[in-house]
Amino acid sequence: MTKTVSIVGGSGYTGGELLRLLLDHPGVTMRAVTSRSNAGDPIHRKHPNLRGRSDLVFTSPDEVEACDVLFLCMPHGQAATEIDKWAGLADLVIDLSADFRLRSPDAYKDWYGSEHPAPARLAEAAYGLPELERERIAKATLISGVGCNATAMNLALLPLARAGLIDRVIADIKVGSSEAGAEPSASSHHPERSRAVRSYALTGHRHAAEVHQALGEFTLDVSVTAIEMVRGVLCTAHVIPTEPVAMKDLWKLYRGAYANEPFVRLVNERQGLHRLPDPAVLGGSNYADVGFGVDERTGRIVALGAIDNLMKGAAGSAVQSMNVALGLEETTGLTFPGLHPA
Amino acid sequence: MTTTITAACTECDAPITFDRPPLNGQVVRCADCGAELEVTNTDPIRLELAPEVEEDWGE
Repeated sequence: MTKTVSIVGGSGYTGGELLRLLLDHPGVTMRAVTSRSNAGDPIHRKHPNLRGRSDLVFTSPDEVEACDVLFLCMPHGQAATEIDKWAGLADLVIDLSADFRLRSPDAYKDWYGSEHPAPARLAEAAYGLPELERERIAKATLISGVGCNATAMNLALLPLARAGLIDRVIADIKVGSSEAGAEPSASSHHPERSRAVRSYALTGHRHAAEVHQALGEFTLDVSVTAIEMVRGVLCTAHVIPTEPVAMKDLWKLYRGAYANEPFVRLVNERQGLHRLPDPAVLGGSNYADVGFGVDERTGRIVALGAIDNLMKGAAGSAVQSMNVALGLEETTGLTFPGLHPA
Repeated sequence: MTTTITAACTECDAPITFDRPPLNGQVVRCADCGAELEVTNTDPIRLELAPEVEEDWGE
């Protein structure tokens, strides 16, 4: 018997990705998708790729009924103020905003600038990246979504952090325009955004908090640049290690960390065109491609993480987490490999 | 009965398997890192990175 699923706030890009995944997921049945401003419209009005795939229309959030799994895709800050209401409607709530990513109320206040509206819920939420918290996710009733840039960093750095090899990291992140969401702004206006190579968060990026929570304390500097890409994140992390390592050591660490992970691929080829991770081939895919190298002259390690921000960085990880929490095969509904050429 | 012979990739340490005894000069490709490796000795097996065309990516 399939589980019933609803989405609150389904008109944005992550809501659209969730719909695309869940409509074809054999373990669930879509019950409702809400959008206050689009109530009554068919879902293809906002997500044209889904035309003909479902008779669903957007409904008001006030009409959501009890279901097995409820995904929240609301603006940051809203889920935290309404969580008691939504948790009363479903056995499992998966919130794709940043509201429940940080476990510590103090860390939330430091990084988001205000007191958390529901601090007691923070410790209860599992962080929705199975590569980090599979066992917690399996038992959770509240799962947070992941930060897309944080995910690219976390997966690039996880094997090094577990080995205690990180002294300092400088992470250079390239991102596509869909990270800015579906609401237009002056900066997303086509003449301004097209062909831009626009650095915009040189210091203090909030996703650093998720990396510290996941991987521990080390000096981490993050800078972000928007580039000519719609989907995708590429993290290039320059790591100063605590001790010298050789390339074979890195292979051993990364193989050990990811040998059993269905969605993390090591991409480090000596031949061919596609030798290192490139988010261009990951559009629509839940794969995270990870690569690495070491400069034997200086000792610096370079760790790469490439994902589709809307998939492994949002909706894909959320569905993967749902699969884990429901006891389903983890890859169910998530095996699309991306497009080439993209 | 056949015996599988194994060696380690010189670049990433992944196991390289031979279904039949390797020959001097034979080139094999590592499935993990894609390195092309030349058999330079057969008993014991010694592998060396085969010469490759360098790619400068247009720079």
